[in-house]
Amino acid sequence: MKRLSTVAPSVVVSLAILLFIGIAAVAPNLLAPGNPLAIHPMASFLPPSLGHPFGTDESGRDVYTRIIHGAGASVLIGITATAIGLGLAIVFGLLAGLGPRWLDFGTTRFLEVLFAFPGLLFALLFIVIYGPGVLTSTIAVGLATAPGYSRIIRSRVLVVKRAPYIEASLVLGRSRFFRVTRHLVPNVAGSLFVLATLGIGQSIVWASSLSYLGLGAVPPAAEWGAMLSAGRTYISSFWWLTFFPGLFIVLTAAATTLLGRGLQERVRS
Amino acid sequence: MTALLSVRNLSVTFGAVAAVHDVSFDIPAGACVAIVGESGSGKSVTARTILGLAGRDATVSGSINLDGPDLDGPDLDGPDLDGTEVTDASPRRLRALRGRDIGFVSQGALVALDPLRTVGREIADSLRIHTNLSPRQRQQRVIELLESVGMPEPTLRAGQRPDELSGGLRQRAVIASAIALNPRLLIADEPTTALDSTITAGILDLLAGLRERGTAILLISHDLAVVSRLASHVVVMRDGVVVESGSTQQVLREPQHPYTRDLIAAVPGGHAHVGSPAGDPVVSAVGVTKRFGSRVAVDDVSYVLPRGRTLGVVGESGSGKTTLARLTLALERPDAGAVELFGEPWTASPERDRTARRPRIGAIYQDALSSFDPRLTVRQILADALGPAATVGGRATEAELVTLVERVGLKATVLARHPRVLSGGQQQRLAIARAIAPRPDIIVCDEPVSNLDVSVQAQVLALLDGLQREFGLSYLFITHDLGVVRQVSDELLVMKDGVVVERGATEAVFAAPQHPYTRALLAAVPDLWA
Repeated sequence: MKRLSTVAPSVVVSLAILLFIGIAAVAPNLLAPGNPLAIHPMASFLPPSLGHPFGTDESGRDVYTRIIHGAGASVLIGITATAIGLGLAIVFGLLAGLGPRWLDFGTTRFLEVLFAFPGLLFALLFIVIYGPGVLTSTIAVGLATAPGYSRIIRSRVLVVKRAPYIEASLVLGRSRFFRVTRHLVPNVAGSLFVLATLGIGQSIVWASSLSYLGLGAVPPAAEWGAMLSAGRTYISSFWWLTFFPGLFIVLTAAATTLLGRGLQERVRS
Repeated sequence: MTALLSVRNLSVTFGAVAAVHDVSFDIPAGACVAIVGESGSGKSVTARTILGLAGRDATVSGSINLDGPDLDGPDLDGPDLDGTEVTDASPRRLRALRGRDIGFVSQGALVALDPLRTVGREIADSLRIHTNLSPRQRQQRVIELLESVGMPEPTLRAGQRPDELSGGLRQRAVIASAIALNPRLLIADEPTTALDSTITAGILDLLAGLRERGTAILLISHDLAVVSRLASHVVVMRDGVVVESGSTQQVLREPQHPYTRDLIAAVPGGHAHVGSPAGDPVVSAVGVTKRFGSRVAVDDVSYVLPRGRTLGVVGESGSGKTTLARLTLALERPDAGAVELFGEPWTASPERDRTARRPRIGAIYQDALSSFDPRLTVRQILADALGPAATVGGRATEAELVTLVERVGLKATVLARHPRVLSGGQQQRLAIARAIAPRPDIIVCDEPVSNLDVSVQAQVLALLDGLQREFGLSYLFITHDLGVVRQVSDELLVMKDGVVVERGATEAVFAAPQHPYTRALLAAVPDLWA
């Protein structure tokens, strides 16, 4: 009980939201047993009601069901993109932080060049080359976020590698491999966990943006960005087509960010 | 004689924790009273409570009364604070009190100054708030103040920022700002703790001079030697309670309470080291030199460390002693000369040849905690250290771990804990356990007891001595504390600016120092045993 009382309410709310979205992603039928693609032309553009809490779209598909079933795709894109970004960042960060000076110089300049592009522009460039689609947009978002993570990881590596405990391990006669795997990587990874949590929300927003632009998932797939895009045409008459997918994108991003912040404070204290 | 400050039945509690309990003492005008005790004894809390800085969570009871005639201050106009009850005073009145009537030199003197502002502005601040001097007069007064605290080139220094000053000069600047308004009482909380011995001597002389000019001083210290130099009365505190008080002479010469006796006995340097006979050389350095840029940190230093003996290295900050330790550990590559381990090349061989031999030479550091991986428990740290020496395929058994922690005087229950929850003494014991785990022949000790309370310090030194006898260890013992070095070392190197200015058997150096610097160092030690 004492533990719970020390957790900030924002973290509790975030956890509740993420739990809901997590269940939606893993087992959507628990929350919305219907078929997200089933059309009912007779029941199109119904406003939110008890039967259709989020209303229905132009083909009479239940928006609530589509959002719940779309959670899996959105969350998967978010997690995969973050994993790609962090994975690349670990490689770059470790190379720059641990490698010889010329390698650090080269890697850092390369990252600075990537940094010069706004992330979304970089993702667009990648999609222009490799074509639109869920996979390419995911990779594109991952690539676009990698430079930022790399910098953070590099600076962490530079701090940790000079820590007295790494030197103490050297004095004990431990190999470089042991020092890196036993002490350096785990201590750098601590901050990665926080970064990843913060990053997933951001990646979902970016992936949704790409879908909205028609470069990621495309309608009728129940992906939040694609749903936003499809609802755009009717935004002035049927607000619920865009409001609810948008709400869920915001909720997920806000919840992961708040949770990440909470974790950060925990790590600090 | 009426007391300037009179503290009666002062108790301070934080929640359920009683930090200070029923403390009473008086400070006569112009006298110096010292509160002595170890970490957690409540001495700093007492000082902060007198300043009205106990904090919002603190419950204060008892009375603190400030009385006595005003000193003649220049152009000081303000409310007369005679007979002020500090415990009842409003925040506004307390602010007037601090600075004007009570000056405070805090423990963290090195961080007490704003890094972005010049020293002169920092000192002028209290003049601006509490007096109606014109800017020009303030400037003039700042220079006078800096002069009076022995700051060389006061006009230049007033325009510098704290990071441009050495530790000793910064401490002088803090004292200058504390006495800017001629307070009747100066509270100095560990004013010399982070300073070298010759600088400590200078600060103590400065405080003694202030006392002679009529400022009363409340000195908070864990260092009995410092106290013996400055204070006329001593209050010994332990766990928030006064266990003994009286004149300095009486308390230090004829301590009544067993705790006071322990404290005095724990002061290092009271008895000389009795070493084992010297064995074969284990480490030898020949003409090692290390430069950092244009600065020569270690200049042509040679030494031989025989088996079972301790070589002490003394010197002040910046004398190159830590660099010498790092060269000995082959953590730095010498620019000239070489260190040999058991007659074989050590600094001259590549790291991959050294790795296998590294377990033979261990190290313990001043800041033990930062030398432990923050994620690991005591068990994991020691298991890692035992790795190469453990019996079963490089994995330490529980029995080996228990034997190891018990050997350094820790309980087996600490194994499951993280080092950060241990006390300073326990952390240093853990560092020693880790250092002896791979069965080394040599341990390089870099200021291993400098962060510890005096009684804990004595225990750790005794532990190191016992281990030396048991395992025939050789120590290269780096310290700035002459008392400690006298107690532990057989031979001594005295370093100044990277050069060995004097060497020899420890007792011989102490009895008849040859080099002027050594004499200055020895003279600067506030000696309890003189």
